[in-house]
Amino acid sequence: MSIDSTVKGNWFSRIAHPGQFASWTRPVVLPMAIVTALLFAIAFWMAFFVSPAASENVGTTLRILYIHVPNAWLSQFVYAVMAASALGTLVWRHPMADVSMKAAAPLGATFTALALFTGSLWGRPTWGTYWEWDGRMTSTLVLLFIYLGIVALWRAFDDQLRAARIVAIFTLVGALNIPIVKFSVDWWSSLHQPTSVLRPDGPRMPANILTPLLVMTLAFTTLFLLLHLVRMRTEIRRRRLYTLERNRAAALEQRA
Amino acid sequence: MTAFLAVIGRDLRLAAKNEGEVLTLVLFFVSVGVIVPFAIGPDSETLRRLAPAIVWIAAFLSMLLGLDRLFRPDFEDGTLTLFRHARLPLPAIVGGKLIAHWLLTALPLVLATPILALLLSADLETFWRVVLSLLLGTPGLAALGAIGAGITVTLRRGGLIAPVLITPLAIPILIFGVATIAPPAGAAGSASAAGLFLAAISLLLCAITPFACALAITAGED
Repeated sequence: MSIDSTVKGNWFSRIAHPGQFASWTRPVVLPMAIVTALLFAIAFWMAFFVSPAASENVGTTLRILYIHVPNAWLSQFVYAVMAASALGTLVWRHPMADVSMKAAAPLGATFTALALFTGSLWGRPTWGTYWEWDGRMTSTLVLLFIYLGIVALWRAFDDQLRAARIVAIFTLVGALNIPIVKFSVDWWSSLHQPTSVLRPDGPRMPANILTPLLVMTLAFTTLFLLLHLVRMRTEIRRRRLYTLERNRAAALEQRA
Repeated sequence: MTAFLAVIGRDLRLAAKNEGEVLTLVLFFVSVGVIVPFAIGPDSETLRRLAPAIVWIAAFLSMLLGLDRLFRPDFEDGTLTLFRHARLPLPAIVGGKLIAHWLLTALPLVLATPILALLLSADLETFWRVVLSLLLGTPGLAALGAIGAGITVTLRRGGLIAPVLITPLAIPILIFGVATIAPPAGAAGSASAAGLFLAAISLLLCAITPFACALAITAGED
């Protein structure tokens, strides 16, 4: 009799137990992939045909924003996911929180790098330079270094269970520090335009630009959730393989 | 309280037995400052302008270099395990070690700044501002460094990971540290405002570090 069958099927253990998590998420992956693909199809259609080709203040580079803004949003959203998972690891010792934290880190690094890349492509024609030491660009670059540091920290440990608690502590220290970094870098130098979507007096852009932007952001967010889920499932399998290999090695050693 | 002071005293006595370490650190600090003029040229006007930045970079690098000695020897000879089971709570012990660490790695650098100020032909006012900004900023740097050292103490190959981890988090200290000496052209605010921010960041980091670091040590040793 396997251990799996003794676990009660309440919602908490369904999330917490790696085996159960792997089995209930299996049917979710494909529909989620289809939804993501559909959202991207709609978003691209809107970006090319609904949106105007140029706007008065950014010119024809407007369409780069449809890729740039979702990536920039995800660069911060993924860190929030990691920080929430880090709390799960430290407070409840939730095994899936470890896995979620580990799966999110390289994704966050990728989205942040993409935000920087698209931003510099946009900056060349608009500001006349690929890189400027502007507040928001600099803090995004710093965020990328934090992500890469976290990935490096995960890789430095052999024992992933112990790594999880330590990475969680660092992630939370980072979460506390990122607002300070952001504030100080803004204080230091600022060129980027101020916030234009989430404002108390409503968004400062016409609806035919805002709608494609929001749909694209939704598409990118579902893409992240999908990739995150797939990576979590891969990580569960990787850990299971690691345990099997160790058991086998132990058995061989006993026989010898 | 006596136990807390004993923790500080122990680190200071250990360092006094092995005073080469502190001297090496100061030597490193000065050599970073000395090497920069070779890279940018001996023009004393340029050097005077860059002096605050050079001193801060040198201090930053020296503090990173001294990180490993904070917990590594205690971890290797088992003292850290004893500390975990001591009557004094682990965060208090980490706090004591942090104070000793600051006295051993940051204070010597502050004392060595006159040498660099002289070599970089900084004027007297700049020199005092550099000393002030280092006094305000280095506790924060030491605290961040302690978090990095606590996180990587169980890693045998952790030497380079801690600096890589804490460098991005230390950027605010560098920004406000240099701004306390001379605010950058685009910044909104005066040098004294920057000094206050610097002090605030240092205080915040010194407040959370003992707990975060103690948690990391406990998690690492399980």
